[in-house]
Amino acid sequence: MQKKEVKKTDENILTRMVRNQMFIPLLALAALALFNLIAGPEFFAITLGTNSAGNPVLSGYPITILDSGSELAILAIGMTLVTAASGGQDISVGAAVAIAGSVLLRMLCGGNSRPEELAMPIIVAFLISCIVAMLFGAFNGVLVAYFKIQPMIATLILYTAGRSIAAWINNNELPVITDPGLSYFGGFIPGVPIPTPFFIAVICVVAIFLVLKFTNLGLYTQAVGINENSSKLNGLNPQLIKIISFVILGLCVAVVGLIKVSRIQTINYSVIAKDIEMDAILAVALGGNALSGGKFNMAASIFGAYVIQFLTQTLYRFKVSADALPAYKAVVVIVLVVISAPTVKEWFGKMSRKFKVKEVA
Amino acid sequence: MSNNKTKASGSFLDKMNNLTDTNLLLTITIVIFFLMYIGAMIFQGGGFLKPQQFFNLLNTNAALIVLACGLSLVMITGGIDISVGGVTALVSMCCAVYLDNMGGNVFVSVLVALAIGLAFGAFQGFLVAYLDIQPFIVTLAGMFFARGMTTIVNTKPFNVANEAFVALKNARVIIPGMGSVNRKGDYIDAYVEIGVIVAILVVIVMFCLLRWTKLGRSFYAVGGNRQSALMLGINVKRTRFLSHLICGLLAGIGGYVYFLHVGSGSPSHAMGAEMDAIASSIIGGTMLTGGVGNIAGTLLGVLSLGTILQIVSAAGLGEAWWVGITRAAMLCLFLIVQSVVMARKKK
Repeated sequence: MQKKEVKKTDENILTRMVRNQMFIPLLALAALALFNLIAGPEFFAITLGTNSAGNPVLSGYPITILDSGSELAILAIGMTLVTAASGGQDISVGAAVAIAGSVLLRMLCGGNSRPEELAMPIIVAFLISCIVAMLFGAFNGVLVAYFKIQPMIATLILYTAGRSIAAWINNNELPVITDPGLSYFGGFIPGVPIPTPFFIAVICVVAIFLVLKFTNLGLYTQAVGINENSSKLNGLNPQLIKIISFVILGLCVAVVGLIKVSRIQTINYSVIAKDIEMDAILAVALGGNALSGGKFNMAASIFGAYVIQFLTQTLYRFKVSADALPAYKAVVVIVLVVISAPTVKEWFGKMSRKFKVKEVA
Repeated sequence: MSNNKTKASGSFLDKMNNLTDTNLLLTITIVIFFLMYIGAMIFQGGGFLKPQQFFNLLNTNAALIVLACGLSLVMITGGIDISVGGVTALVSMCCAVYLDNMGGNVFVSVLVALAIGLAFGAFQGFLVAYLDIQPFIVTLAGMFFARGMTTIVNTKPFNVANEAFVALKNARVIIPGMGSVNRKGDYIDAYVEIGVIVAILVVIVMFCLLRWTKLGRSFYAVGGNRQSALMLGINVKRTRFLSHLICGLLAGIGGYVYFLHVGSGSPSHAMGAEMDAIASSIIGGTMLTGGVGNIAGTLLGVLSLGTILQIVSAAGLGEAWWVGITRAAMLCLFLIVQSVVMARKKK
């Protein structure tokens, strides 16, 4: 009898640790860091240099991870909400980023593909691109909420059409913006050695945490994701909640579009944000959130995004070409979903119980 | 092919009083396809009046027909497979490398294609059916894996120069009595490529499988309601596994048919083919929710999509983006039609 109780508390500590959603991403991070440390600690070197404009900038793999991971983290915010509310993922984010970026450029150059000066302030152009991206988000949301189409199929429409629409908006021209003001968003603000996307991500993260803390959005989203019918009976409007989650994702997409366009001061319709939907979904999955909807943990998703970027940089370090990258990530996805599959978990549970029984005996 | 059509519409007439979901959606597709093709004949004339235009439609879409058959099967069973485009690219790249760099023979290259397809189907099927993981996530990973592997096998696109293969690629099946006279007054035979014959065989086999075999009916049962299928004594897991396995096999066949049509290997081959295949199945009346669908409809779906794209390019909207936008608009339209039809049925 006493023995049993001791075993129970033991299990509690262990299970509490394993059940914590941060466990998997932290484990993955530790494994990756260890792996890189063994392969050569120069991976973690950060150097302070100056960029072409003469401003102090930090460089090195960890900074790149912070830089590119921030885009992913911003998308992961929206993707987590969509996943939780609708039980599916939005696979059109890459194409939507292309649209948002295209609108931004179109607004900034106003029809002239090599403008001497901006046609309107960046903030106004950005707001317009936000509205467009949110409208596309709402389009996805309506298809999912009112027409009851599975999210991935509904977003397949925009996934196919998105890059074509982006090219159409700018008449397939590739406008180049020379104004230095635009480059700050994806690069460095003069005098600040840390890449700006990180600050933008921090702002987004703080904003979403304030929203989750002071509104019922999180609670309602989870309620709709867990059981749509009962949430309806409790007076929620599941359709509206789903659309809101897609619109928030649209907002995140517009922010990423700004960063992406700012990085290269122009746009490449077929390459911009390519395969980013995969990474965003991966971040949500790595954060231990059920891809079938319901409960979510925002912090774990955001942390997961940086871990994914860590993985990407590790692969780059070993001279894996950008085109071959998806193959490796696909393996990670499969491993992740297999580990978190209920059947496998059950099987593991049985095995460990058997093992323990043997130990006791 | 025309045989299938008459059969399908015949059974539709029989059941006029009692329209099933399958037949209702199929009827919509048939009507739209004929309206579109006749419309194109009237308003654009020219090429659309020649039978060869129709055979060209088959030639360019043979691979898609095979892929769409596989997708219809998976969708009828209540799943989805978006890896078929990636598998197609991987198959053509592997076969191209094997034929050109290793001097392999054509017969073995077919086996390579089938093996790749089966491997994908078996692995994805196992994860979906026995581990109960969402098919979309599994096949999304499959798609990225296949695309990545294609570039790992070879990064640059290249044409295959293997003689036996080129002979097979250029083989034509002449269709008697359908030829036309060109401007010079010469008679040109109408032809289809080998791939079309394969595609038609696949359609016939799949049609028979789904309509008249016990296994075929169990796909519908599992897709319609998994719980009651289980109660009926159907091995649900095995059925789902088989649906993915067959879809993988068809992706292998479709990949080879695609390879036979283009005769080259490239990482950018069959971009968005999974999307086209899904769209074709949906246009052909296959329900995403499972349990409803028809291979004859899928064939018509592919042809409708092909016709629309031909019309778009014939109408002078040559810019690449119109094709993408039209495709998506068509998919969107049919998804909404499906959703509305189903919502009405429930009432």
